[in-house]
Amino acid sequence: MKITRKEFLKISGACLVAFTGKKALAVLDNPAKSQTSSASGSKASKQLGMVVDTRKCIKDQGCTKCIDACVQAHNIPSFKDPHHQIKWIWKKPFDDLFSSYETEYLETSLKDEQTPVLCNHCDKPPCVRVCPTGATWKRKEDGIVMMDWHRCIGCRFCMAACPYGARSFNWVDPRPDIKTLNPNFPTRTKGVVEKCTFCSERLVKGEMPACVEACPEKALVFGDVNDPKSEIRQLLAKSYTLRRRPELGTGPNIYYLV
Amino acid sequence: MFMFEKAMTGGRRYWTWVGALLVVIAVAFGFYLYQLSYGLGLTGMSRNVSWGLYIGQFTFMVGVAASAVMVVLPYYLHNHKEFARMTILGEFLAVASVTMCMMFIMIDMGKPMRVLNVMLYPQFHSVMFWDMVSLSGYLILNATITYFTLHAEQEDVHYPHWVKYIILLSIPWAISIHTVTGFLYSGLPGRLGWRTAIMAPRFLASAFAAGPALLILLCLLLRRQTGYDVGKKAINGLAVIVTYAMVINTFFILMEFFTAMYSHVPDLTADFQDLYLGAVHTSLLPWGRTSIVLMAAALVLLLVPRWRRNEKTLVVACVLVFSSLWIDKGVCMVVGGFIPSPLGTITRYVPTLPELIITLGVWAVGALMVTVFYKIALSVEIAKEASYVPAYEFARTGGAIGLQMHSSSAAVPPDSGSGHTNKDAFGKSEQE
Amino acid sequence: MRDRVWIIAGLFLFLGLVTYPVWHNLVAHTSPKPPQLVLPANEKQCVAPVNYMRSSHMKLLLQWRQEVVREDKSKYVAFNGKVYNMSLSGTCLKCHNQQEFCVRCHTYAGVRTPYCWNCHLDPAQVKRSAR
Repeated sequence: MKITRKEFLKISGACLVAFTGKKALAVLDNPAKSQTSSASGSKASKQLGMVVDTRKCIKDQGCTKCIDACVQAHNIPSFKDPHHQIKWIWKKPFDDLFSSYETEYLETSLKDEQTPVLCNHCDKPPCVRVCPTGATWKRKEDGIVMMDWHRCIGCRFCMAACPYGARSFNWVDPRPDIKTLNPNFPTRTKGVVEKCTFCSERLVKGEMPACVEACPEKALVFGDVNDPKSEIRQLLAKSYTLRRRPELGTGPNIYYLV
Repeated sequence: MFMFEKAMTGGRRYWTWVGALLVVIAVAFGFYLYQLSYGLGLTGMSRNVSWGLYIGQFTFMVGVAASAVMVVLPYYLHNHKEFARMTILGEFLAVASVTMCMMFIMIDMGKPMRVLNVMLYPQFHSVMFWDMVSLSGYLILNATITYFTLHAEQEDVHYPHWVKYIILLSIPWAISIHTVTGFLYSGLPGRLGWRTAIMAPRFLASAFAAGPALLILLCLLLRRQTGYDVGKKAINGLAVIVTYAMVINTFFILMEFFTAMYSHVPDLTADFQDLYLGAVHTSLLPWGRTSIVLMAAALVLLLVPRWRRNEKTLVVACVLVFSSLWIDKGVCMVVGGFIPSPLGTITRYVPTLPELIITLGVWAVGALMVTVFYKIALSVEIAKEASYVPAYEFARTGGAIGLQMHSSSAAVPPDSGSGHTNKDAFGKSEQE
Repeated sequence: MRDRVWIIAGLFLFLGLVTYPVWHNLVAHTSPKPPQLVLPANEKQCVAPVNYMRSSHMKLLLQWRQEVVREDKSKYVAFNGKVYNMSLSGTCLKCHNQQEFCVRCHTYAGVRTPYCWNCHLDPAQVKRSAR
């Protein structure tokens, strides 16, 4: 059989399309696959996560100990202008976190309860997907979504991408508005995005995140959700928990015990 | 620089206009320096509305840039001769608007001095990276095309053979810049006002209405100011394109409206609630409503053939189209996507005065570029018509001679008086 | 020839601008002597030999930054086997004073002070301002 040049080109072109198409499909399909595997609990590497026990947390509505500890540890400024606010962990009414779970008749005791909000350190973080410089990335060793403030160009694509509102931008120089400076942690400079890093600087020293340590009610349980023996995993196994907007496929790792 | 000397001669009106633009640019640059030292807190943007006027303007200008394809495609692919005198204007408009896009991105950046990080640490999974690739590629393509076609025109020769491939490439590339810009928004999981498959098509439809509308206005302005006439047929042809694009754009908006309002999913209706219905109190409502009213008025003027062909009403229609889509895309689309925030907060966004002045400055840079480019293009075209130099003989030689022309440069004198030559991208030529 | 005045004036202006640093230093009584840097009292050896630190401290700092921020490392094994905590504020500034050491030398060398200090704090300064 003789193949003309035209035919040869046609066939090889088709092969190329088929090959790359298959690859592309595999790539596109991947998130869905790992999603199902995460649901069945067969993830290999470590994934740090947190359970917020709202039953304990709501006891003292005025308590801001976790927030204060974070602010102190990370040189977070307190701007008067709400537009410029920087927040790593903060409190919002339960209803705002779980608006899709709302029922009109929910006991007010839970509906309006101030509940801690922080970065979800997602399995498939959209902020990492959109970052054009790799200034934010998902750490392989422990699943923390990290920030490199040296590399961030301040385009704020990550802020648009985050479905949880976990990211803050330094609209102005934060230093003058930091109440007490912690020399062991850098401040940030104007023009970069920041967020909770699960206190990676404390974890490396073998300490717990500042908020977890500061909570008087021990309402924040921190650990590796992939380790079946961890405290957090035990807690997740025996109690019903909620995650914020899991339907988006981001795989949030902050669990709310209600 | 390329034929720049042609932009250095002009009457008093020309210099007054250029001078005024330079003043605006200087003032805006001063404000930009202040923004650079103070931070983006100078603008009205906030933690919850983290993109504002700058990114809105960027998105709108990508559309204007892409719309050059609406004159390039009919002229080069369909041999639509009426557009001959308009094509170079469209391409120059694209160069100016892509430059404006890049400036809007730069002024929106928190750390503009680190912009090279995008190339030093390229992230292929980031749409922003691909947007940078497509935008800078489009700029290079159009700069190349305008340079070689205009240069050839001046020398009264055919442009080099290979330029036609660049022109062909620029057509899908124009579609790509706005598609990728649409992906910036439609690929984000949590913003339901943006996460719609129709985002990129809608962007293209509105772009192909707003861009040609602007081009019509520019052409009519040029005729009044300089006497350069692109021709009635060209204007009418472009007006038909504006009409189709505007109808399709309105159709797309209605599709979105139906899907959201009939399904009644709160996340989908949110956008329409604050833009048009006023169910929640934001600063966007008057803008959204104005845009819709202008859109409807423009459609009426465009759809009635008598009014579309009448230049006076066409001008009004084009102004309406342009301003309605400028509001829709440059103000409402971006800001609307941030309201409400992921935690249900309604944050008002009002651009500050410095923000407006800086934005105006970028527009002034665009206007200055268009002025200078059009001045160059027109002086080439008008000189050619006035002197009517006998054209080079192309007819049977096609592209090959184009290459030869390029290498042998302009010194070669035209050899025969075969009359005015009309060329298209494929090296074919027709004698009149 | 009518332009002679302008050309000569321009030349003088050019010469004046080119030699500006010389005039400036003469007027300001700037000394070419390098600053006498105060060396740490409690340590004899830096994390790398002096010559390397003098020429390439920025490379070392960038390496530390890369490893701490992006590779989750915290310890640095020095050329002499000693192990250090990779930290600008915690290790470098424990011995060196930011103003007296970093800034002074950078000013002398005419190298713009890098933006390290936009974020990183000098513990000594923080302590002083707190008091």
